[in-house]
Amino acid sequence: MITALFSSVEAGLLYALMALGVYISFRILDFPDLTVDGSFVTGAAVASVFIVGGVHPFVASLAALGAGFLAGCTTGLLHTKGKINPLLSGILMMIALYSINLRIMGKPNVPLLQQETVMTIMAKQFQRMDEALATIVPFVPKTWAVIVFGTLLVVIVKVVIDLFLKTEVGLALRAVGDNKKMIASFSGNTDRLTILGLGLSNALVAFSGALIAQYSGFSDIGMGIGMIVIGLASVIIGEALFGAKTIVRATLAVILGAIVYRIVITLALRVQFLETGDVKLITACIVILALVVPQMVAARAEKQRKARKRGASVASTQADYESV
Amino acid sequence: MRLLLQLKQITKVFNEGTIDEKVALKHIELSLQPGDFVTIIGSNGAGKSTLMNIISGRLSPDTGEVMIDGKHVTTMSEHDRARYIGRVFQDPMAGTAPNMTIEENLAIAYNRTVKRTLRFGVTKKRRQFFKETLATLQLGLENRLHAKVGLLSGGERQALSLLMATFTKPHVLLLDEHTAALDPARAQLITDLTKQIVEQHRLTTLMVTHNMEQAVQLGNRLIMMDGGQIIFEASGEEKKKLTVEKLLQEFQRIRGSQFASDRAVLV
Repeated sequence: MITALFSSVEAGLLYALMALGVYISFRILDFPDLTVDGSFVTGAAVASVFIVGGVHPFVASLAALGAGFLAGCTTGLLHTKGKINPLLSGILMMIALYSINLRIMGKPNVPLLQQETVMTIMAKQFQRMDEALATIVPFVPKTWAVIVFGTLLVVIVKVVIDLFLKTEVGLALRAVGDNKKMIASFSGNTDRLTILGLGLSNALVAFSGALIAQYSGFSDIGMGIGMIVIGLASVIIGEALFGAKTIVRATLAVILGAIVYRIVITLALRVQFLETGDVKLITACIVILALVVPQMVAARAEKQRKARKRGASVASTQADYESV
Repeated sequence: MRLLLQLKQITKVFNEGTIDEKVALKHIELSLQPGDFVTIIGSNGAGKSTLMNIISGRLSPDTGEVMIDGKHVTTMSEHDRARYIGRVFQDPMAGTAPNMTIEENLAIAYNRTVKRTLRFGVTKKRRQFFKETLATLQLGLENRLHAKVGLLSGGERQALSLLMATFTKPHVLLLDEHTAALDPARAQLITDLTKQIVEQHRLTTLMVTHNMEQAVQLGNRLIMMDGGQIIFEASGEEKKKLTVEKLLQEFQRIRGSQFASDRAVLV
């Protein structure tokens, strides 16, 4: 049980990078970008092919990041220059990437089990610490490397995003999602900013895909199916649980949301009745709940507030009546 | 003579060749000298908004030439042209980003004339400058730099829009019925602020209004449009002596019909 939770936190941290990418497209740019299902696999494919080809895993992961950036920019070009509706541009890119990903990998599945990956390198680095911790902590995971490395990486990416969104370019990017007419009247090139934003978003998604492939020991053509919903689930759960008043808060919420999502799925799958194939259904239910429950809570609070007011006014009229 | 804005033979036709064909602008000629404050009035469909959109680059003219400070900008994109133009829209929600703070909005406006970089948009120095600039509005906004703009009232948002469009001293300021969506008290506030800011920076301004009183009071030139043409123009002493009654008479004399506008405020 603890081991299962431990690995869901590990995976959650790596998927958090993808969720941050989805946050940039959905929330910052207000662009429902479905490229994610494809670009996640593109990242995994590029990284694993490079690793199998003998490229250093770090370089391979950065190459995946670059490939994702290009994929996102292409979606942006379809939308801005081709004047294609946002959803459709994403879907077109997603379907195109399926074939491209197959071409990159050359086959539907590339195993990485015997290869040196970012994860194995980290595990080696952490060997001493693992041994030391094993004597103190009663619960022994295989390695602490992924948790520590993942946390560090996610925190760095989060801080960089927070800072970037405060720069002059970052402010303009946010304005594109908030009020296009306004930013255009202050000489912001909305087309270029949209393309940049989608590029950054999918770069993060592909980077996450590259790390997940190395974490799970393979890349697979089907590993991106429903990824956009998982990303959305993380964003929505995070915002519902941890709030999104400021950018700094929102990005933290998205990361925590990604981890919570993994934990919920792990717990759900421990229920006897549910099978691995039910994951997508559970995901859909979680997103629906995260969207509906806060509304119901707010409506209930509003109803109670009104009831209190009504009660108070009845009491005051009664008091008036009695005083007469 | 330096001309800040020149329109030469501007023509614009919508849905050309169809049953819905509409000639929005016919051979418009207009020149603005530095410091000119021109008010434009006209009935609905007179072509006022089309004219504004052609100057700002949202629409491109079928024929004719737009020049700003001697530069040909006819084919320049809207966002590139925005380096020379400050704009305030009719909708108070249109000129600001609601989910961003007041200071972030000002930082975006600050970059209208300066290329955006990876430096922070709000620095200590700029924040001080924003504070001082906001204080001139006398609405207390300088104490709410971190408030999201969506929380402001319509009047406050329009005042902020006006400030954002002007504090970087544009070559040309375009005001598109920017008081029309406000209640009378707020509209008066924005009108007063407009007057104050335009005079302070000596901004070359083009203001579309549906309010004849406002058109008569503000500015040194007045233009009346109808059917896509400029049908009447007054400037200098002649403009100073104008009244709403005289304007209505002029319109009748020229067009032989009543000034028709369901939105024109005649009082």
